[in-house]
Amino acid sequence: MKKFFALAIVLCILIVGCTDTKSRSTGVYMLLDTSGTYAVELEKAQKILNYLLGVLAPGDTLAVARIDTGSFSEKDIVAKISFDDRPSVANNQKRLFMQQVDKFVSSVKGSPYTDISGGILQAIEYLNEAGSGKKYVLIFSDLKEELAKGYKRDIPFQLPAFNVIALNVTKLRGDNIDPKEYMARVEDWRSKVEKGGGEWGMINDLERLNNIFTN
Amino acid sequence: MTVANMLNLTASPALSILIWIVLFLAALYFARRPFHRAMMSFSKIIYNALRFTAASVLSAEKRLTQRNREVLMTAGLENAERMVEREFDRIGASVTRDLEGYPNVHRQVSEVITKLDEDYNESADVPPSLPNWMPIIESIAKIKHTGDSMVANMLAEINRSLNDQHKKAIEDYRNSTASRHAILNKMMPFWRKLEKSLTSISKSITNIKKRSKTVDHYMDEYEQIRSKSDRAARALSTSSLTQFAIAGLVLLIAIGGAIINFNLIALPMSEMVGGASYIGPYKTSDVAGLVIILVELTMGLFLMESLRITRLFPIIGAMDDKMRRHMIVITFTLLAILAGVESALAFMRDRIALDMQALRQTLAGAEQIGLSTSMIPTVGQMVMGFILPFALAFVAIPLESFVSSSRTVLGGLVAWLLRIFAFLLRLLGNIGFYAGRFIVNIYDLAIFPAIWLEGIILGTRGKKGAFSDAEILEDSPLVEEAVDSFDKTLQIKEHQE
Repeated sequence: MKKFFALAIVLCILIVGCTDTKSRSTGVYMLLDTSGTYAVELEKAQKILNYLLGVLAPGDTLAVARIDTGSFSEKDIVAKISFDDRPSVANNQKRLFMQQVDKFVSSVKGSPYTDISGGILQAIEYLNEAGSGKKYVLIFSDLKEELAKGYKRDIPFQLPAFNVIALNVTKLRGDNIDPKEYMARVEDWRSKVEKGGGEWGMINDLERLNNIFTN
Repeated sequence: MTVANMLNLTASPALSILIWIVLFLAALYFARRPFHRAMMSFSKIIYNALRFTAASVLSAEKRLTQRNREVLMTAGLENAERMVEREFDRIGASVTRDLEGYPNVHRQVSEVITKLDEDYNESADVPPSLPNWMPIIESIAKIKHTGDSMVANMLAEINRSLNDQHKKAIEDYRNSTASRHAILNKMMPFWRKLEKSLTSISKSITNIKKRSKTVDHYMDEYEQIRSKSDRAARALSTSSLTQFAIAGLVLLIAIGGAIINFNLIALPMSEMVGGASYIGPYKTSDVAGLVIILVELTMGLFLMESLRITRLFPIIGAMDDKMRRHMIVITFTLLAILAGVESALAFMRDRIALDMQALRQTLAGAEQIGLSTSMIPTVGQMVMGFILPFALAFVAIPLESFVSSSRTVLGGLVAWLLRIFAFLLRLLGNIGFYAGRFIVNIYDLAIFPAIWLEGIILGTRGKKGAFSDAEILEDSPLVEEAVDSFDKTLQIKEHQE
C-alpha cells in the first residue's frame, strides 16, 4: 500500500511538473485613431475587430483604445476583455464586446490631436499586466502623430516579444504630393518599434488580415 | 639548389629520368616481397576479421531463429490447447444441454412404448363368438319340415332368431373393430412423439460426433506442434504473418475510429477543463479527451479479459468465476457510463459548434440564416459517441493477435536483417581479400621489367622466389557457418592466432 501511495505521489509530481506554466494565450491591444479626418475610417476598424473576435480563442485578451489628445490613460480604453476558458462563455463575451465597440463607433467624436506614442505606452502596460504569451499592438491610424503642447513622448518603447502592426495607414494629402513623407513616417515608426525590441508590420489591404497572426 | 636540380643526375633530362626509373624499379623490386607480405597480411586481417564477425552474426541469427521457433511453437501449442479446450467446453455444453435430459427421454420413450404395447393388445382382432346354443338352433333349423304349419312357424321363428343373432354378431364385430381403430388412431401421436424423441437424440449424437471430429483435427495439429515438425513451424509462421497483417489492418481501422472519437469530444472537453490550459505542448482539453478514450480502451480490454476472449492479463483469466463476473459487470458499467458521457459530450459539441457558427455569422454582419435546426446531425453524433466506445472495446481482440504475432514477425525480421548483415560482412571480407591480391598484382605489373630481368637471370621465369601462389592464395581456415558454442569460437580464435 505504501508503495502504491509513493507511486501515486511520483505520478502526481510528474503530471504537475509537466504542466506548462508558460502562457500560450494571445493578447491584442488595438488603438483606434479618432483624430480629425481619420475618424471616418472607424467602420473599417469595426470589421477588423470582428475578424479578431472570430479568431481569438478562449483565454485570450483583447482591448480596444482610442487615440486622442492624450492616449496614455486607462480612460481611453473603450473595451477590454479576457475571454473565459469555456468556449460557450467566451462566445457570449465576444457578442457583448462587439456591442460595446458598435456603441463606441456610433458615438465617437474626433479629437484635435493624435497621441500614438501614448497609446502604445498604454498598450505595453496593459498587455504586460495581462501576461499574454503573444502580444500584439494594432495601430489603426495614418501614423501621423500630433501632440498637444506640453505633452512629452520622447520615451523609448520597451517592446520585447511585442508585435506592432499598423493597419490601414492611409495616405494624407501631403503624402500624395511628396510620397517621401509617407515613407519617412512609416520608417520612423518602424525604427522606433524595432529599437524597442519589437517586430514591426503593416497591413493596408484589409483582405489580408489573416497576416496579423501568421507573420 | 632546387629539387629539380637534384633530380637532374645528368645533363640530359631524358637520361636522368631513365636512371631514376631504373632506380625506382630496383627499389620496388627489392621491396616487393615485404610489400606482398604486408599487403596479404593486411587483406587477410580484413578478411578474417569480417568473416569472424559474420560468423558471430550468423550464430546470433541462428540462436534468434531457434528462439523464434520456440516462441512460435509455444504460442502454437497454447493456441491449439485453447482450441481443444474450447471444443471440449462446447462438447460439454452440448452433452449437458442435449443428453442431460436423456433419462427423462428414455422414461418417456419407455412409457410410450408400454402404452403402445397396451394399445396394440387392446386392438387385437378377436372374432365375435356366437352364443353356445347357436349350433343347436342351427341343427334344428336345418331339419326339413313336412308341411306342418306349426313346425314351419317354429322353424321360421328359429331362422329369424338365427338371422337376428347373426346381424347382432356382425354389429358387435363392427363396433369392436371401430373401437380398435379408434385405439389405433390414438396411437399416432405416441408414434410421432417417439419419432421426435429419437430424432432429437440422433441430432445430439451427430453433433457430438462432429465436435469429436473437430477435436481430433485440433489434436492432430497439437501433436504436430508438439513434435516440433517443420510443417507445423511453417504453418504457424504463415499463420502468424497473416495474423500480424490482419490485426495490423484492424488496429489501423480502430485508430481511425479513435481519432474520430477524439474529435467528437475534444471541443466539448474544453467546456469542462477549460480551453486555455496546457500540459506540455498539448491542450489540457485534448489530453483529457485522449485520456477518456484510453480509459475506454482499457475498460474494453478488461472486459474482453474477463469474458476470457483475450488473454493479455493472465491474472484476470485466473480469477475465480464469481470475481470474473464482478469484473464483467464493473467494466461493462464503466464502459456504459463513459459511452453515456461521450454521447453527452457529442451533444455539447453540436451546441458549441452551432453557437460558434452563429457568432461568426454575426461578426461577419450576415443574417443568421442557414443554421441547421434539424436534430438529425445531433442525434447522429450522439449515437456515434455512444457506439464508438463499445466498438473500441473490441480492439482488445486484434491487439492481442498483433502483440502475439508481432513477437515472431519482428523476430523473423531481425533474423533476416542479421542474415543480410552477415552476408554484407562476408562480401566485404572477400572484397578486402581480393583487393589485396589485386594491389599485389598491380604492383607486380608496375615492376614487370624487373621481374622479367629476374626471370632471364635466374632462368626460371615461372618461379617467384620463395613466395608461392599457395602462400598468396591461402584462405583462412575460418568456418563460414554459424558458431554455436563458446568453445568452438575459442578454438577458431586459437587457430587464427
